[in-house]
Amino acid sequence: MDTSAASRTHLQALEDESIFIMREVAAEFERPCLLFSGGKDSIVMLRLAEKAFRPGKFPFPLMHIDTGHNFPEVVAFRDYRAAQLGERLIVRSVEDSIKAGRIVERPGQDNSRNRMQIPTLLDALAEFRFDAVFGGARRDEEKARAKERIYSFRDGHGQWDPKNQRPELWNLYNGRIHAGENIRIFPISNWTELDIWQYIATENLEIPSIYYAHKRPIVIRHGLVLPISDLLPAEPGETVEERTVRFRTVGDATCTACVESPAATPWEVIEETAVTRITERGATRVDDKVSEASMEDRKRAGYF
Amino acid sequence: MDLLRFSTAGSVDDGKSTLIGRLLFDSKGVFEDQLEAAERSTVNRSAGPIDLSLLTDGLRAEREQGITIDVAYRYFATPKRKFIIADTPGHEQYTRNMATGASTADLAIILIDARYGALVQSRRHTIIASLLKIPQIVIAVNKMDLVGFSHERFLEIQRDFQPFVDQMGFSGVQWIPLSALNGDNVVTRSDVAPWYKGPSLLEHLETVEIHQADLGDDFRFPVQFVIRPNLDFRGFAGLLAGGTLKVGDEVLALPAGTRSRVKQIHTHDANLPEATAPRCVTVLLEDEIDVSRGDMLVHPQRLPWVRRTFDAQLVWMDGTPLDLTRPYLIKHTTRTVRVKIAELLYRIDTNTLAHLPAQTQQLNEISRVRISAAQALYLDSYAQNRTTGSFILIDPLTNATVAAGMVTADQPVDETATRSNRIDRATREAHNGHRGQAIVLDGSDRAAQSQFARSLEARLFHRGAQVIVVDDSAVEGADVLAVVQLLLDAGTLVIVDLPASDTTARLALQRSVAERDLAEVSIAPDVATTEAATAQTVLWLADRGVFGTYTVRGPGADI
Repeated sequence: MDTSAASRTHLQALEDESIFIMREVAAEFERPCLLFSGGKDSIVMLRLAEKAFRPGKFPFPLMHIDTGHNFPEVVAFRDYRAAQLGERLIVRSVEDSIKAGRIVERPGQDNSRNRMQIPTLLDALAEFRFDAVFGGARRDEEKARAKERIYSFRDGHGQWDPKNQRPELWNLYNGRIHAGENIRIFPISNWTELDIWQYIATENLEIPSIYYAHKRPIVIRHGLVLPISDLLPAEPGETVEERTVRFRTVGDATCTACVESPAATPWEVIEETAVTRITERGATRVDDKVSEASMEDRKRAGYF
Repeated sequence: MDLLRFSTAGSVDDGKSTLIGRLLFDSKGVFEDQLEAAERSTVNRSAGPIDLSLLTDGLRAEREQGITIDVAYRYFATPKRKFIIADTPGHEQYTRNMATGASTADLAIILIDARYGALVQSRRHTIIASLLKIPQIVIAVNKMDLVGFSHERFLEIQRDFQPFVDQMGFSGVQWIPLSALNGDNVVTRSDVAPWYKGPSLLEHLETVEIHQADLGDDFRFPVQFVIRPNLDFRGFAGLLAGGTLKVGDEVLALPAGTRSRVKQIHTHDANLPEATAPRCVTVLLEDEIDVSRGDMLVHPQRLPWVRRTFDAQLVWMDGTPLDLTRPYLIKHTTRTVRVKIAELLYRIDTNTLAHLPAQTQQLNEISRVRISAAQALYLDSYAQNRTTGSFILIDPLTNATVAAGMVTADQPVDETATRSNRIDRATREAHNGHRGQAIVLDGSDRAAQSQFARSLEARLFHRGAQVIVVDDSAVEGADVLAVVQLLLDAGTLVIVDLPASDTTARLALQRSVAERDLAEVSIAPDVATTEAATAQTVLWLADRGVFGTYTVRGPGADI
């Protein structure tokens, strides 16, 4: 990034805010961890952690809650990036939780593991006694997120109480908790999708290939462009076509749609994002359409 | 592209949510799917055409009650600027949310309904914006369509409200007549009010000057985190909270009082020759001095207040009222210490600014209090620096954030205040690299004693100490005590060489100088071998801890 004293861009301001938050957490909590999925927001988080703590090591491990429904390119990238940084990566999987009988798969069509990963996450927090967990959520993603604090307090059951959030003034974050409680930390709360792409471009960040244009078999379902795979087969009567697409988010492969796009570089994605008329989640998340308050419900239950 | 953070306060009745919805909608900050969801909700609730306020009211309880109950953050960008809106409810019971939104804002939009003019609520929003030192305000006279865009009506509202606004000390005030519902003067200038020659709301937001002045010129660096990966790198990471720092600058570390120079201003991207607030940097110093989280680096000539007792304005944010008998925790920059509210001076009426007597402080009330902290804090007034002048209070039992505070510009006079205005003894001693110490010589042979005094002085001096001989040729009798005390305050080693007969001065010294500051050295009559005697005396002084607690710099390092 431009480091001259005179110019201070909006990215610089956002970056400083995020670095400040990460250092504050590292200083005030005993056992933080950073959720790293291999997705673009968490890739930005790792760069911010480098900026906050290098030449030192990160004062926390990375952790991924593997739903078992991930895109293989993203999982491969996750391992590659963690090794490249020389930082410790913990993986805990929903699959294991199902085998251990901690989770029962829901019958019917909804095989999304967004909700199913909650017990695995809460178990992992208990296993490592993590008291602060960095997540890459942004407030521009969804209406319930727009009101969530940067330090999002969770009770002993991992639950969020939106009506009883701690006030957050200036950059004075209250990180005090009782034993068993934890705080979810969102250092990139104030970033938008466009900011993320601009940062990826200016920082030359590597991201998984599926974020850029590639050919893939898809079907059009409820107006969404769905990638067809073993996890997400075509339904009877649907026509599978090969199209040039890219992903805007790389969540659960059973419920993450892609968008038709020829954008092959971050700058081309920025051009598209700057004129796009649909939010990231609206275009690509099947599970958020369920009800107007579906995100709020998941968050109350312990979701990020 | 730069970043403007602004806050809005108001309710559905003011058309605030509609105004933001309009701003997002017309500047293309709203996406089709959000609009679709708003349309669906409108249909659910049969509220006519698209209700733009549904774009911003996020939580289910708010949608059900039709009010905004928390701070929501909204984002949009134009080719000129990126904007972050802190959208807050306007009713009196949400003062704390307004204060939260205002705490990070560069600008506040005050909404006035053209039909009613400035109401109690408008005044409260303006007062809160002023208390939180938002530099710029926009007074948006909304619903102008309902008064036929009357210039007369606009002027009338202005005449009524402007004198009040003038008392608030904003650096910029912009009046804009608009209609959020129809979009007049929101994004583009409308021709329905040809008498209005100013910018549209968005044009103003895109061009208004963003003040960084609220962080002041004085260098302030609260140490946040120490980065020490190996023996060659010991960096103090933090956010520059004020002023500018250059490589080579002399800095003073609080509370230790030790000084050093800036060796390097590190960032992961590059080492910087200088950095200006607000900026995250890692500072490396020339010397290994003891600095940790919660300490503050400052320029030695531009010290903050170092105080344990200070006055502040407090916004109470918790359902449980202030308890004057209980301890709280204060988080101020990166420092958290125990405090008590020593005195509740008065409550501030947020509608009139009047001072009211108060026994306690309830949720949403603003008052002025006197705080007494267990350890000194390094403070500036909030008017001078929004970071070093602000703090939160935390209940140590519930861990709730119970109050937000702003350090006032006028402070009570007390002993800690006078200390802070000058360089104190500890600071001087740290600078000198040794404690202040009176070394009183006691010998039967006056000539030998004087020779020893000069010899000891020279030895200490050449090892980098601040040292002087005080003898009866300079001062006499009771004056000796005053001079010695002054020199001790300067952190000096004072060698007192008086004749054995001068018992007045000796007794005065023994009575009034603290034991740890007074070293008595007996001089044997045959002290011809001064070399060995002085060396021994220096070792003895070292054993007393005169040099031990400090990082000694320069040639004195081996004493």
